[in-house]
Amino acid sequence: MELTGAQALIKSLEMQHVEVMFGLPGGAILPVYDPILDSSIRHILVRHEQGAGHMAQGYAQVTGRPGVAMATSGPGATNVVTPLADAYMDSTPLVAITGQVATAAIGTDAFQESDITGITMGITKHNWLITDVDDIPRVVAEAFHVATTGRPGPVLIDIPKDIAQSTMTWYWPAPADLDLPGYRPVTEGDPALVMEAAELLLAAERPVIYAGGGILKARAADALRELAERTGIPVVTTLMARGCFPDSHPLCLGMPGMHGNYTAVTAMQKSDLLIALGSRFDDRVTGKVSAFAPGAKVIHVDIDPAEHNKVRAADVAIAGDCRLVVEELLLALEARGLSHSEATRGGRGGSPSDAVAGAPAAPGTMAERYPRERLAPWRAQLGAWQERYPLVYDQQPGPGPLKPQFVIECLRDQTPEDTIVASGVGQHQMFASQWWQFDHPYTWVNSGGLGTMGFAVPSAIGAKVGRPDKMVWAVDGDGCFQMTAQELVTASSERIPVKIAILNNAYLGMVRQWQEMFYEERYSEVYLSPDLPDYVGWAESMGCVGIRVESPDDVATAIDKANSVDDRPVVVDFRTDAFEKVFPMVAAGSSNDDIIVDPSLIGGSRP
Amino acid sequence: MNMYGTDQRHHILTVLVENKSGVLARVASLFSRRGYNIFSLAVAPSDNPRFSRITIVVDVESAPLDQIVKQLDKLIPVVSITELDPAHSRERELLLATVEAGPESRGQVIQLVGVFEGKIVDVGPAHLTVMLAGAPTKLDDFEDLIRGYGIVEMQRTGRVALPMLDRADHRGQPATGTADTTEKAG
Ligand SMILES: Cc1ncc(C[n+]2csc(CCOP(=O)(O)OP(=O)(O)O)c2C)c(N)n1
Ligand SMILES: [Mg+2]
Repeated sequence: MELTGAQALIKSLEMQHVEVMFGLPGGAILPVYDPILDSSIRHILVRHEQGAGHMAQGYAQVTGRPGVAMATSGPGATNVVTPLADAYMDSTPLVAITGQVATAAIGTDAFQESDITGITMGITKHNWLITDVDDIPRVVAEAFHVATTGRPGPVLIDIPKDIAQSTMTWYWPAPADLDLPGYRPVTEGDPALVMEAAELLLAAERPVIYAGGGILKARAADALRELAERTGIPVVTTLMARGCFPDSHPLCLGMPGMHGNYTAVTAMQKSDLLIALGSRFDDRVTGKVSAFAPGAKVIHVDIDPAEHNKVRAADVAIAGDCRLVVEELLLALEARGLSHSEATRGGRGGSPSDAVAGAPAAPGTMAERYPRERLAPWRAQLGAWQERYPLVYDQQPGPGPLKPQFVIECLRDQTPEDTIVASGVGQHQMFASQWWQFDHPYTWVNSGGLGTMGFAVPSAIGAKVGRPDKMVWAVDGDGCFQMTAQELVTASSERIPVKIAILNNAYLGMVRQWQEMFYEERYSEVYLSPDLPDYVGWAESMGCVGIRVESPDDVATAIDKANSVDDRPVVVDFRTDAFEKVFPMVAAGSSNDDIIVDPSLIGGSRP
Repeated sequence: MNMYGTDQRHHILTVLVENKSGVLARVASLFSRRGYNIFSLAVAPSDNPRFSRITIVVDVESAPLDQIVKQLDKLIPVVSITELDPAHSRERELLLATVEAGPESRGQVIQLVGVFEGKIVDVGPAHLTVMLAGAPTKLDDFEDLIRGYGIVEMQRTGRVALPMLDRADHRGQPATGTADTTEKAG
């Protein structure tokens, strides 16, 4: 069968079971847009290519399937740079396809030429410039393989216009035909190391499981839960891992890090064993590295061996897929007599004792010397901290200022339990992570590593496309919203009913908070405005329902109204208190020991 | 002066890469964005036309060798990496220099080249172009000595290396990624 390069490209995407892609055409990619008309693949026309990239990310984060974004050469391609960098930091499988000027014009500064493979070299797992039309099916197959295996990540395929227009004889490569001699991702952990890890684990007195985004990538949430319940070891879930272990579980300590809760942060600091599963000792988690968890031994499981000993030396470093390694670890524990008992299952609504009591260990085994009660003093300590330093805020009834945390709590309580939440970057993101109760994996979509403002709206749209069966709310900041709001036009015209809650504090709030705390309240270029733009008017002009909420008393009705709309996007402009700050906080570069809790917890007053 | 710093500072990686366009840029970009210093880098075809060999002398004070190797190994076109400890490898380098060699000094320069077992590769009225291949430290010494006569132009290739042969424990250790032994990261 003779196909043009463009037809071969689209057919290759079909072979990869791509059901949807996000993009915007232009000169160099024009040939590729023609066969889209005849394809089963749904193409969603975005209003800015950054939106296409973030939609593909949102889609990938909730479905586990690679997201596909398409753009033309030059400015189209450079508009995809931010999502690629974002996906690279958060290990999101993303396949970007960009048009390129014709091969003869490459290197001549032709119209809309940019060296996108050069530009994205450091922010993609790999990229390809196709120079032979016959390579197309093979390169597409390679690109999807690289994006989705090992440590997932973004890839980019750059296709010159003349290549898309020339013809080739169609084929589809067998797995053995992929030309990737240097790519052999690890999967299973070294059994000897897993044994060592099991031994460390049974010997620990103050262990903490430090669960990262790798748990979600590896689809290891069930294995993690089994590990926690069998051993009685508490779990912290990083910003990238929210939902991988239920917040309602008695062993869940919630989020650690710069704005993590006191118990999660302090548990790691005082721990004698950190079991890092798919987490990478990010500086937002460790604070000052030299002062981080000084007494802890470290078991570090990661599919990317380069993460081992990068930031923190590991006592046992296991390269492998988190799910497979945790399953191996469970077998190793079983071999030591620590076997599973259904009775240990806690979970939503389960009482704490359910999850920590467990079945007695087999007599004569090493595990016998490890009754979970041994961790009782540790759990008691954690419980005491939880009680002493809870997350707090103070919402007064009536017409006073509306607290952002209150909005999140209302949203959480008025939406289905498995609602997907996407967020932007700033205070609202931290409030969302702190106050939402994540009980299901793949319900939290955010930009963790790159911290990209404007991520929420497009990623929520992508998430809704991937999971149309679920309710999708974006929690956004007023600053962030203004960066990518135009994608709501995309959502309206494509009938993608996402819901956006703007926590409109009229400020670049997170920056304002730093200026307040660390720059003597010298506010430099952080004021936006509560009503410029008019968010309700803007939403309506984009085909959305717009709702404004100023009083705490109106929050519930507004959310109910938003939830009832199912045929178009909804934007709710919550006018929130500009003076509210995110606590706890570990100042950048400080030790986690110097965590700043909410002033009201230590006798101070709140704004 | 030794341009490679003390021997403990440098380490040699021989990296087998796919012979595809842009591979060198990927390696160079990785080193620059991660802040790893390179003393020298040499690229050459390997015995298999599908692959090239890059010999990189890295500054292990700029980053732990283990990190450098693992990050390098993540590049898709990197097929395998062999790590050569300078104490257990044979390193060689080539130097080409055009030296001032007027009537008064010409004899001395020729003598020096002879002592170092170098070669005269070009002769001009007032200059000689000389070549020397050898251990990098020998090249350093030679360079110091000819500098006194005036170096007009000089080029050094950067070192290439192979493991020492005599004893088993002197062999280069495959750092990672050798197809049959180690699996590599995604
Ligand atoms: C693209 C981009 N530019 C700048 C920043 C720095 N930054 C981080 S949070 C923030 C403020 C965000 O403001 P807003 O969306 O209103 O959220 P808030 O903190 O007020 O909740 C800024 C400017 C960023 N993260 N991303
Ligand atoms: Mg704001």
